[in-house]
Amino acid sequence: MSRYAMVIDTRRCVGCMDCVVACKTENDVPEGYCRDWIAETVHGEFPTLQMEIRSERCNHCAEPPCVDCCPTGASHVHERGGVVLVTRDKCIGCKACLAACPYDARFIHPEGYADKCTFCIHRVEQGLAPACVSVCPTHCMHFGDLDDPQSEVSRLLASRANHTLLPEAGTRPHVFYLT
Amino acid sequence: MIESTIHRHNAGIDPAMHLWGWEIPTYLFLGGLVAGLMIIAGVRLVAMRPRERQALVCCTIGPLVGLALLSLGMLALFLDLEHKSHVWRLYLTFRPTSPMSWGSWILLLVYPALAANAIAHLPEAIPALAKRIPVLVTWSDFILGRSRLVLAIGFVNIVLGISLGIYTGILLSTMGARPLWSSAVLGPLFLFSGLSTAAALLHGILVLTQPAGERPGFADFLLSALARLSESRPLDHKVAPTLAAADNSFLTIELALLGLLLVGHLTSTQVHRQAAALLLTGPYAAVFWVFVVGLGILVPLTLQTLELGHRIRHTLAPALLVLGGGFALRVILVAAGQASHWASAAN
Repeated sequence: MSRYAMVIDTRRCVGCMDCVVACKTENDVPEGYCRDWIAETVHGEFPTLQMEIRSERCNHCAEPPCVDCCPTGASHVHERGGVVLVTRDKCIGCKACLAACPYDARFIHPEGYADKCTFCIHRVEQGLAPACVSVCPTHCMHFGDLDDPQSEVSRLLASRANHTLLPEAGTRPHVFYLT
Repeated sequence: MIESTIHRHNAGIDPAMHLWGWEIPTYLFLGGLVAGLMIIAGVRLVAMRPRERQALVCCTIGPLVGLALLSLGMLALFLDLEHKSHVWRLYLTFRPTSPMSWGSWILLLVYPALAANAIAHLPEAIPALAKRIPVLVTWSDFILGRSRLVLAIGFVNIVLGISLGIYTGILLSTMGARPLWSSAVLGPLFLFSGLSTAAALLHGILVLTQPAGERPGFADFLLSALARLSESRPLDHKVAPTLAAADNSFLTIELALLGLLLVGHLTSTQVHRQAAALLLTGPYAAVFWVFVVGLGILVPLTLQTLELGHRIRHTLAPALLVLGGGFALRVILVAAGQASHWASAAN
């Protein structure tokens, strides 16, 4: 068994959007849509402010509400790595998965099916890293298997403080942010 | 202070979620209305004495109208789909965790149950139709000749009606990502709202078909044309006060459930309080208080109480107000629910 995860170092991310462009190019994402994006959060009181820049995408949750609510089984958890995928031929475009996702990570592709990040599973199956990870100029993005204690992502999570998005939603995301 | 900026502009998602427009509220409204018609028809069928022949409006007209309205609702649901040519995929699988999957199979069972209920008394209600389609008489005799079958049809209508009515609320309430919908009260709320709209619709039909002179003038032309076409029997107008009283009960329960929904949110987490505020004081407050609570529940409740006390005549106004209020409830909950968001607390 494997459990794929992405670890993103927010101290290194500069929000250059190379990951966004790489994803759009690799996955032929239609104009006006994106599977990953940059979020900037500033918190604190002036002058003690702290900024976090994050490259965000589908969190490939361990308990994905988008999969539970899908009426046709189009949204499913892939047997390899627990990646959440959509079988476009099974999708009826009911938009239940879009409403069920607390991260708003999905969108309706102009061809009518629900679309989202796939962790570039087609590349991963060939032994390559996801497109966004492979192009990051600051090397802030890491991809690997959480079930392998020697993997880069496991070691980073063991050694650095980290958080996930909206842990209170109870979805157990597989995208982690190092702080 | 926390300030968030997201560089994302996906249609329907950003800047605010707007996935479901008029189609889903229409479907939820018509689904709830049909659920109410099924329950009322089922209860009437089960409770009716064998020789009683005063159930035409509840047991025949209601299910017949229900069949038409359910078809309209399913058309609205179909129009909402983005991948319409793949709709048949719904019926290749059953997903127990998906309320939409439950709903699609329940809807398939609702049609024959409604039709059986309507057919039982159809030759009696519309003799002209029975003359043209003699098999209706055979089917009706077959059903009415078997008291256990009549009871079974009644109970199946009640069970499926409750399932359909609750499902329309559960469909939304299982989506925990939208705090406003995240409440188990939504199922019973939509069920009782559906019951109130169904009782109002049947009450409205009875008002429209009152004997000439008592009914509204504009109904004369319509009714005379319909009578010529169908040679239909006069409806059972004695049921009108019962329907109005039932409607008042349903409206009172609906109001209590609406209060419970809001109290539940107001005593919960920050995102749930923000979700409740959307209805109570936020951008949806005016429509919510005026069209849902005021014109949709309180005014018809008052009017029907006066009607039952013989202080005013039975009119079409309460029925129209309850139907409008039921639709407004779905519109506002679907719209405000999409606007409510977990991330709003973190932003």
